[in-house]
Amino acid sequence: MAFTPLSSIGRYFSLMFRVFSKPEKFSVYIRQIIFEINNLGISSLPIIAIISVFMGGIITIQAAFGFDNPMVPIYAVGYTTRESVILEFSPTIVCLILAGKVGSNIASEIGTMRISEQIDALEIMGINSAGYLIFPKIAGAVFIFPFLIAISMFLGLWGGYVMGISAGACSAYEYVFGIQAYFEPWKLYYAFTKVVVFAFIITSVSAYYGYYTHGGALEVGRSSTNAVVYSSILILLFSLILTNLFFNR
Amino acid sequence: MIEIKNISKGFDGRQIVQDVSFTFHKGKTNLIIGESGCGKTTIIKLMVGLHEPDQGDIIYDGQNFPKLSTKGQQEIRKQIGMTFQGGALFDSQTLEENVMFPLDMFTDLSRHEKMDRVNFCLDRVQLTGKNKLYPAELSGGMKKRAALARAIANNPRYLFCDEPNSGLDPKTAIVIDKLIHSITQEFDITTIIITHDMNSVIEIGENIMFVHKGQNWWTGDRTQILNTNNRELFDFVFASEYMKNLFMAGKK
Repeated sequence: MAFTPLSSIGRYFSLMFRVFSKPEKFSVYIRQIIFEINNLGISSLPIIAIISVFMGGIITIQAAFGFDNPMVPIYAVGYTTRESVILEFSPTIVCLILAGKVGSNIASEIGTMRISEQIDALEIMGINSAGYLIFPKIAGAVFIFPFLIAISMFLGLWGGYVMGISAGACSAYEYVFGIQAYFEPWKLYYAFTKVVVFAFIITSVSAYYGYYTHGGALEVGRSSTNAVVYSSILILLFSLILTNLFFNR
Repeated sequence: MIEIKNISKGFDGRQIVQDVSFTFHKGKTNLIIGESGCGKTTIIKLMVGLHEPDQGDIIYDGQNFPKLSTKGQQEIRKQIGMTFQGGALFDSQTLEENVMFPLDMFTDLSRHEKMDRVNFCLDRVQLTGKNKLYPAELSGGMKKRAALARAIANNPRYLFCDEPNSGLDPKTAIVIDKLIHSITQEFDITTIIITHDMNSVIEIGENIMFVHKGQNWWTGDRTQILNTNNRELFDFVFASEYMKNLFMAGKK
């Protein structure tokens, strides 16, 4: 059966309605949320840490060698690194990476459960399968992603510090002064708002593609691909919308 | 007891189930038999509410399932146990967790009481001591038995088994059949089994519906099936020419 974009949006919202209906048993859901926090969040920490440290370093070196004008103070290197990491790299780029890792994981897990009749088994037991399978993933991701991104921000700035000093781009004092200069706290609020929205998009869109998988292994692979592609597109779209909302004040 | 009355279902303009009526009795092993693709699984999926019938009634002890509210349907479903062709065990959970799952969701039993029930169910299907194994570590026959253990964990009133012995060797298949039969009698439940295995039919077929081209083509029991005059059923039962000739020679 072919679905038009409009009917897909309708199906997505109808699925979300089921996801957020009253759970059968709160204690089981809480246990699942804790499991998902570990499964989706903590297990993503190594890849986020590695990428953040290296990207922080790269941004610092690029900034340092871009600012060859003596009119630009050296602390601008730290300032630029902070702005890049906090505003865009950690909330958006890291979430795009998480869309690939977590999104494909969710879509393939739920898709495999669909084709192997595990979701039918849940339904026959009288369980709201959408709520049981998807709600803990959304709640877990919305809770843990801001912590992951906070760690990513810290490691990005630390990577910049290490690389900036070791490459001779700036001194420790100049870098630290730079990352503190002209700091506006609302930018953190903007960054974490984006993260919460992206966490919801990644988990709900990926779960949607997994939940409506039909067929066999080939379709599970296709659902997984669609989950990553559409999550990424929506992340970029909502990044644009939220940036407009926050910066065009 | 479950009654289905004049149920029909079609997909994409193709009629899969046509005007099927039948009564599934309590305490008996009720079999739905027929060739692959004749509509057996669709009938069972209509009965448990995975598909909605285009028309007809499905009555669980006086309650018309399709006409109930979502909550009402969920209440009936809590009394249903079902095993699927592939087992449909939850891959990420051990055998123990799989069997405990319906108890976690729908009972307020203590951890100790739940463990007792899990061990009882695993003993009942001869999987004693396999608590910590994952589905991937089980053989085909063990998966079917594990699915049966999960299906009976919450004391269901209705047990549905979709080809419980497909893909198994004849000896293991008979073990599963006998297990389902004894569980049906022990707990006095209404059991519905889909099969196209003639050994099962002869072994446990107490109330049989033969489905052909989506219709109820014949009803009877295992003693009547071998002496049927129904052409399509005869061809199904004696699909092997050798067996057919052997049976005809025995009759003479």
